[in-house]
Amino acid sequence: MNILSLLILIPIITVFGIAFSRSKNMVRIVALVGMSAQLLTAIVLMFSYYATRDAGVTAQMIFYQDIEWFKFLNIHYTVGVDGISVAMILLTGVVTFAGILASWEVEYLQKEFFISLILLATGVFGFFISLDLFLMFLFYEIAVIPMYFLIGIWGTGPKEYSAMKLTLMLMGGSALMTVGLLGLYFNSKGADGQLTFNILEIAKVNIPKSTQMFFFPFIFVGFGVLGALYPFHTWSPDGHASAPTAVSMLHAGVLMKLGGYGCFRVAMYLLPEAANALSWIFIILATISVVYGAFGVIWQKDLKYINAYASVSHVGLITFALMMMNKVTLDGAIIQMISHGLTTALFFALIGMIYGRTHTRMLDKMGGLMKVMPFLAVGFMIAGFSTLGLPGLSGFVAETTVFIGAFQHFDIFHRIATILVVSSIVIAAVYVLRMVGKLLFGPIVDEHHSKLKDAKWFEKISVGTLVIAIAGIGIAPFWLYNLISYSLTPIMSRLNEFSNLYTHIF
Amino acid sequence: MMNLQDFLPMRHEILLVFLMIVIILCEIFISEKSKHYVINISIVLFVLQTIVGFLPIQQGNMFGGMFQNDLFRSTLKNILSIGVLIVFLQSSGWLKKEENKGKISEYFLLLLSTLIGMFFMVSSGDFLMMYLGLELATIPITALAAYERNKSKSAEAGIKLLLISALSTGVLLYGISMIYGTTGSVYFADVAVNFGKSSLQILGLIFFVAGMGFKISLVPFHLWTADVYEGAPISVTAYLSVISKGAAVFIFMIILYKVFGALFDMWNSLLYVLAVVTMTVGNLFAIRQNNMKRFLAFSSIAQAGFILLGILGSNAMGAASVAYFVLIYIVTNLGAFGVVSAIYNASGKEDMREYNGLYKTNPMLSLVMTLALFSLAGIPPVAGFFGKFFLFTSAASHGYYILVLIAVINATISLYYYLRVIKAMFIDPNDNPIPYFKTDVPARIGLVICVAGIFIVGFATSIYEAIYKFTSLM
Repeated sequence: MNILSLLILIPIITVFGIAFSRSKNMVRIVALVGMSAQLLTAIVLMFSYYATRDAGVTAQMIFYQDIEWFKFLNIHYTVGVDGISVAMILLTGVVTFAGILASWEVEYLQKEFFISLILLATGVFGFFISLDLFLMFLFYEIAVIPMYFLIGIWGTGPKEYSAMKLTLMLMGGSALMTVGLLGLYFNSKGADGQLTFNILEIAKVNIPKSTQMFFFPFIFVGFGVLGALYPFHTWSPDGHASAPTAVSMLHAGVLMKLGGYGCFRVAMYLLPEAANALSWIFIILATISVVYGAFGVIWQKDLKYINAYASVSHVGLITFALMMMNKVTLDGAIIQMISHGLTTALFFALIGMIYGRTHTRMLDKMGGLMKVMPFLAVGFMIAGFSTLGLPGLSGFVAETTVFIGAFQHFDIFHRIATILVVSSIVIAAVYVLRMVGKLLFGPIVDEHHSKLKDAKWFEKISVGTLVIAIAGIGIAPFWLYNLISYSLTPIMSRLNEFSNLYTHIF
Repeated sequence: MMNLQDFLPMRHEILLVFLMIVIILCEIFISEKSKHYVINISIVLFVLQTIVGFLPIQQGNMFGGMFQNDLFRSTLKNILSIGVLIVFLQSSGWLKKEENKGKISEYFLLLLSTLIGMFFMVSSGDFLMMYLGLELATIPITALAAYERNKSKSAEAGIKLLLISALSTGVLLYGISMIYGTTGSVYFADVAVNFGKSSLQILGLIFFVAGMGFKISLVPFHLWTADVYEGAPISVTAYLSVISKGAAVFIFMIILYKVFGALFDMWNSLLYVLAVVTMTVGNLFAIRQNNMKRFLAFSSIAQAGFILLGILGSNAMGAASVAYFVLIYIVTNLGAFGVVSAIYNASGKEDMREYNGLYKTNPMLSLVMTLALFSLAGIPPVAGFFGKFFLFTSAASHGYYILVLIAVINATISLYYYLRVIKAMFIDPNDNPIPYFKTDVPARIGLVICVAGIFIVGFATSIYEAIYKFTSLM
């Protein structure tokens, strides 16, 4: 059996295992075992990917499997991975594993919680391995819909509002995507005269420019909604703030990456000419996302809102890097996806753990937590430093790569956008340092807080896993670089075919 | 000279007549006390009928082409049969109630006679047979809508349905008479050949579409729908919204493809506009409903709009996706109606706000409802996703991308009101939720069939492929 199908099968088996579990303890142990197996599979996948590449296999997609599904529409169950997908799968595995541990003490409707959480993860894993647009779309929607329950039932604050807003906006995005995918399908007639949803096949077809220009916005914006592209980002702060800890982690850490991944795997790879011609619009929007998100943070007092707006800013950076469209920025975009996924997951995990103890997320009601809970506080500092791009942590690697790549464009337009985006680093330093200083140092604001306990074993594992991953990328970025770099070549060469036509639009 | 063998293409209809005769005999010979056995007898017999329906069919024409049967049409009949079977299973609990004791056989007889009407309609080869079938499929339903005669709403539903049916049939007949007048024939094959593009024929087409629009409850011919759905007993509402609508859609599609092929441009733009209006109005009105039956009524109007997208595809892919979607729609909507009817039978409640906290007390029913609503909204992995995606695909195959865009935006709007019900069941707190109750066995079997259908029809490609193959033979 194909190792990739295993990535879908394990979560489904876990869901059934949870459904038939009898005690509260059993439910979470089954969930943890299942997701550990999943993480293990992801790691095995990475090593066997390296091994296959070292053995000289040059195919674009490895572990390729193709089973016919709906014959008359030529819909297939097609899976396969390149280095980028492997990296995303690893990220998902780590974040899901940490998320299960972070929600170890969920009490209310515990069984349903873990089932929804793992269904969400199933959708994400499926999305990253599928090479058939129909299959990809199916998994995308499977990943979105459990969010409604997770936020609506287990959330805090205005949870019904946030859950509905998030679901409808993301489904609106997928509505746009439907049109785009159908457009791709009906223009995919290749050499064999067969319509197809297969990404690799469509990539061989040269779709006429006018068609590309029509469908590119549908697909890019459709995925962009999930990637919190300005002005479709408004679901994100509300959704993240209301969601329970593990859901925020998975959502900001992984689900938002579906947007960026879809943008380049589908929109840019399959419609390269339109991507070149329209990139300026999305560069403007992404620049606004980055700067606006960063300024948005400064106003916030709620820890979750702080991180949610910071996410808008950092995910905007992914779109920005994608649209800058050279080899270095694309590398940077992928690394930024991984880095932001881990960092923000760590942030949300810690916010959840702190909230579980202090019962407030308001910055002005807390202080001096370093003395009380040193482990969590150190974790929080690491997350903060990674966010502001301190060397040695993953954020630095990602952001530096993006900016180096972006500065390779010499025209005024790209230069200005780049400089604006770089300025967000400074703002990030302001809000991160202020938050860390107020929260962790200084006097203890609330007397009750001085008696709080530090992290328990499962919280330590959860935080530890994420910190190791973040520091790992920061210290040894080359292994991630090697993983993704080779796989970017076919996408890059597709984009380059048309890049000369549109460089001097301004 | 016809011998018995020649009647074999009519197997579905003849068996159904036998079934009705058996029920009449039961009505006569079973004592008042044990009348409720009629329910079980009818259901068992109908199960047999459904199974026999799937046996290989003799294809052929009868009565000089008035009646036609082929693999596609018998597939459509089988789809309808499955739906009726589920309706029967769901209605048994309600029929056993004290106030319905005296009129159990009437329910089955009336319902089955409408089913015969639909079978004839689907198999019709000329306008006369189609008209006969349509009438037979409509008039007994008005009696069924007024089944709970001591409730004023039910009586109101009956009379409204009767008047509207009469009106719409009139409109339809008028259109048919124009077509007959200009082409000199009522046979589909002859009419199609003799089509010019005279304005009278176009007028005939418009009247035909309007008449069918009433039956399928397309906007702006939908005004009767909500009141009738609300007033009629739930199982009749389910039948109206699923089976009647499905049969009408089938014949509508067959006639548009086979007869009005020459006027393709005309009816395509007509249906384009109707689809947009129907989806949008149906959705916007559904948002405001709190009564579950009215809610499902408007949702079914919106779904009819989606079906038009498939018809617009106007090729084998379009026909197949419509038949496939109707099959999915049958199991899905009947699943939703099954839960509504179970709750109504147990507690008499049918307001959305009274469903608050249902998941805590009746988790299984809530889950079935959730699955059904997700399928209606087109969320994977349940079948509705596949059904809707294929409808969109067939519309896009003609380049109607803007229409698809409007449709998917509408699908997103529809998700909002479907989520309202889910929110009521799962999220909203309630101090006094509907207490736990046990659903009766037949209704439970019905729900199991629905849930199985909701999962299997989507993933099992063989079902779609079978439908597609038969369609291309049409």
